Amino acid sequence: MTAPRITIVGASLAGLRTAEAVHAALPAARITLVGDEPLAPYNRPPLSKEAAETLARDTTAREAVFGKLLLRSKLSPAALSLRLGSGAVALEPGGVRLADGALVPGERVIAATGLRPRRLPLPGAEARRHVLRSFDDLVRLAPSLRPGARMVVIGGGFIGCEIAATGRKLGLEATIVEPSPQPMLRALGPRVAAAMAALHRAHGVVLLTGRSVAGFSDEGVILDDGQALAAEVIVEALGSHPNVEWLAGSGADLRDGVLVDDRMVAPGAEGLMAVGDVARFVNPLFGPEARRTEHWCVPGQTAKRVGETLAAEAAGTALATRFAPMPSFWSDQHGMRLQAFGAPSLADACRVLEGELSLVGRAPVIVEYLRGGEPVGVLGLGANPAALAKARARLDAALTETLTA
Amino acid sequence: MKVDVDMSICLLHGQCVIAAPQVFSFDDDGGLVWVAEVDEAQRADVEAAADACPEQAILLG
Repeated sequence: MTAPRITIVGASLAGLRTAEAVHAALPAARITLVGDEPLAPYNRPPLSKEAAETLARDTTAREAVFGKLLLRSKLSPAALSLRLGSGAVALEPGGVRLADGALVPGERVIAATGLRPRRLPLPGAEARRHVLRSFDDLVRLAPSLRPGARMVVIGGGFIGCEIAATGRKLGLEATIVEPSPQPMLRALGPRVAAAMAALHRAHGVVLLTGRSVAGFSDEGVILDDGQALAAEVIVEALGSHPNVEWLAGSGADLRDGVLVDDRMVAPGAEGLMAVGDVARFVNPLFGPEARRTEHWCVPGQTAKRVGETLAAEAAGTALATRFAPMPSFWSDQHGMRLQAFGAPSLADACRVLEGELSLVGRAPVIVEYLRGGEPVGVLGLGANPAALAKARARLDAALTETLTA
Repeated sequence: MKVDVDMSICLLHGQCVIAAPQVFSFDDDGGLVWVAEVDEAQRADVEAAADACPEQAILLG
């Protein structure tokens, strides 16, 4: 048998971890990792936090900042062929067509193409408008993060709240415009979101909730009620689109990412798998609905599953376990760590296990999230890691019980 | 094999405690403690812990 050629599209955390998992499962496989950015795989969460702060304070520190983001790889250059600087445009029989015209062969193609930021489809203020997904985005944004500058963040999700908090730390004026009644409402639920809103206000962030952006002027942003907000820096933090256009016509279900089964294989598209932010899959811990999950942990978890699938295929055996990864995510805002396990966004109620929500940012708080009375998530806000680890272990036990029930 | 954690970059996410609970744990004050020398049987767990660290703070030797 000749060594299989496996092409992974997306030189990201998901792409790199998948390459490592493929190599561990099939040591003879010839693995190519394709990326549209000219950079080797790097870590994105610090872009709105530490990396933004460091690069804003010293815009010449680009190499040092990137050096910290760069992901260490267990693979030698011989085991992994990196093809950077040209993205995939189409899946063709036999391989992946790149923007530069080349065809990268692969009997098996693994999509790790992730997301791109949504933009407001409104003209104006182009030079002041930013997004924050890539290192290049940060390099463009950092010089405008100057003390005293006025920053308007459009969208009060995690990225928006993080960059607003970083802006305040750097001495900017920061305003968040968010159409829903609270920031991070969908992710955290109304009670915790209200507490986080209070924390942002206490740190000088102006929160304009229930408002949206109607347009841009030369001076800044114009809201739906006609109010003008002057801003030297505008950050669009409106969520993301999955990068699936290159898979059009492949046969895969591309409604909101790439639908994959329990093995990370895309039904309908021969030889296609997907991992990371772009993969939509059923997690039996949370019921029968397939979802995409935009957490840092997902690339590692889905990559590991690809390795298990390929190893089982090579051995001619069935997969020994179900794919039921425990989600987790974190955020750092105003010097406080939020850390969640499970799926708080699916909850219909929450209860405070430790501390008080009115003290968020001043004292540790742990919140349990419930759906239909059953635990579905846990969140620590400035919590003691040991106490949170215990709450997480209880959640893990409860969710695993539903799995086997 | 040797296990070390660069505490100057560790932010106490606790992913290592989940991935390799026999090697990494929190003390009652929430500080991270770990076993500095583990045997080869634990390599897979320890490597999973290093991969799961969002700060790449775990150093294996």
